[in-house]
Amino acid sequence: MRFPGHAAAQTFHFQKVGNWQWVLNHIGYFWSLSRTHLYLALVSVVLGLALSLPIGVLAARRPRAYPAVLAVSTFLYSLPSLAVFALLLDITGLTDNTVIVALAVYAGTILVRSVTDGLRSVPEEVRLSATAMGYRPWRRLVGVELPTALPVIVAGLRVATVASISLVTVAALIGNGGLGQLFIAGENSDFITEVLCGVVLVVFWAIVCDGAILAGGWALTPWTRKQR
Amino acid sequence: MITFEHVSKRYEDGTLAVDDLSLECATGEITVLVGSSGCGKTTSLRMINRLVDPSSGVVAVDGRDIRESAPAELRRGMGYVIQHGGLFPHRTIVDNITTVPRLLGRSKAESRQRAAELMDLVGLTPDMARRYPHQLSGGQQQRVGVARALAADPPVLLMDEPFSAVDPVVRAELQQELLHIQAQLHKTIVFVTHDIDEAVKLGDRIAVMQVGGLLVQFDTPERVLAAPADQFVERFLGVDRGVRWLSFLSSEVLSLAPATTAESGVSDDQLRAAGTEWVLVVDSEQRPLGWRETARPGDGLRPIGHTFVPATDSVRAALDAVVLSPAGLAVAVDPRGALLGVAGYDVINKAIANAGGRA
Repeated sequence: MRFPGHAAAQTFHFQKVGNWQWVLNHIGYFWSLSRTHLYLALVSVVLGLALSLPIGVLAARRPRAYPAVLAVSTFLYSLPSLAVFALLLDITGLTDNTVIVALAVYAGTILVRSVTDGLRSVPEEVRLSATAMGYRPWRRLVGVELPTALPVIVAGLRVATVASISLVTVAALIGNGGLGQLFIAGENSDFITEVLCGVVLVVFWAIVCDGAILAGGWALTPWTRKQR
Repeated sequence: MITFEHVSKRYEDGTLAVDDLSLECATGEITVLVGSSGCGKTTSLRMINRLVDPSSGVVAVDGRDIRESAPAELRRGMGYVIQHGGLFPHRTIVDNITTVPRLLGRSKAESRQRAAELMDLVGLTPDMARRYPHQLSGGQQQRVGVARALAADPPVLLMDEPFSAVDPVVRAELQQELLHIQAQLHKTIVFVTHDIDEAVKLGDRIAVMQVGGLLVQFDTPERVLAAPADQFVERFLGVDRGVRWLSFLSSEVLSLAPATTAESGVSDDQLRAAGTEWVLVVDSEQRPLGWRETARPGDGLRPIGHTFVPATDSVRAALDAVVLSPAGLAVAVDPRGALLGVAGYDVINKAIANAGGRA
């Protein structure tokens, strides 16, 4: 991928890779970029989840809808993110919404599969006995099926979140904040420290968020733990 | 009382699952629907709690057409137990058991109190309350399933092959306990199985169904075994039908003979002096220990196989005991295990022959 200004900076100036003084001077800047970055990434995942729940439930309920939902979500997932941004620019303009909508769709395509597979993994006898005990469909979904599907959904949520945090960097290309700006600025000025800071921070936040979801999932699914 | 009046179920693809079924399941009794797979027994059961709606005919509980009740309300008033328990994996045992009371809006404390009583009733220890289903054995899960079905104290209990997935030893235990629970609670139980032995053991009445959803015979287990309605039932009952029927004949009818006994320290000479072919060795409280053959003192003590208790066991148990006995004599004991006497083939034969007219 060619960043703007790349051609002008053909000569790579040899420099000290770890410019620690610069890093320390910019901690506040990193924090502000990280906040924007996480805001964009996490709001997208939450929206993606909200989008995928009803679709996933539908796909799990209707055997004939399942392959169609799967095909559409795979197709959307395969679209290059930059192209999607470009297409969305005409609709939502140069705003956070462009990023959020695009990333929500990506997160949604991953999560739809998890929700569907999670619900389909609920044993038939569990569903049957819930109905036979007098659960109405809605309460059965919320009280029995979704909780039973939770481990699979949480696994999807982890993938979607990490992918989303990584994808937000691309948003910097359409002028929206986030840690991707460190790549562009660093690349433009041949300042490798800045690029490295961006990479490290993206990986750092990905690990933190992944760990947080893992911990949340662990707390919510005590039945999946090994026997005492 | 649960009544089926000319109930049929035809699925959209044209298969007839249940064909004009008319049946009365008496209040406080166990009615067993038995038949091979595809005979419509599960479909029939599911029509009672509206998991399946009949294509024609009426299912009524205590004279009231069940279509007058909303499915969810109807189901909360009927316990339901299936193979593998169908327990909720994400809930602890106590939360599984309190499902229906909680759906009915009863308080948590009251429901848990009830759950603790039920766990005791079905033979689960209190320490299991906080565990999750996957931490229990298959047999224990089935017990939880029964407790859960009983939690709201429904008058009706529907059981769909509940004990089919556990090993024979555990199955026998669970069957015994169901009878024990039923003796206390007197529920109206409809029980589906493909196992004729289970049907005979549990049923007050059994309904034998044939592929295509046809009821071929509805009678007490004793009558079904003694007089199968047609060739289908006869074949379904298998070649052991006669022997199975003997389980309804009390072994009290056997005239026991005294056995030649000896204490365990008996010498070879004393053994030879006994005058009979076999000597039953007993302990100081007259409990049988084993047989010794007088002609072969060197063989030592030979196992009895098993004994039978005339007050509670059937001729089938006595017959089994005689077949297993090295001496060809079934050993009868009282409930405490003390020797009452022995019965040989001739005695058992005679008892069977006398009763045979009925079989």
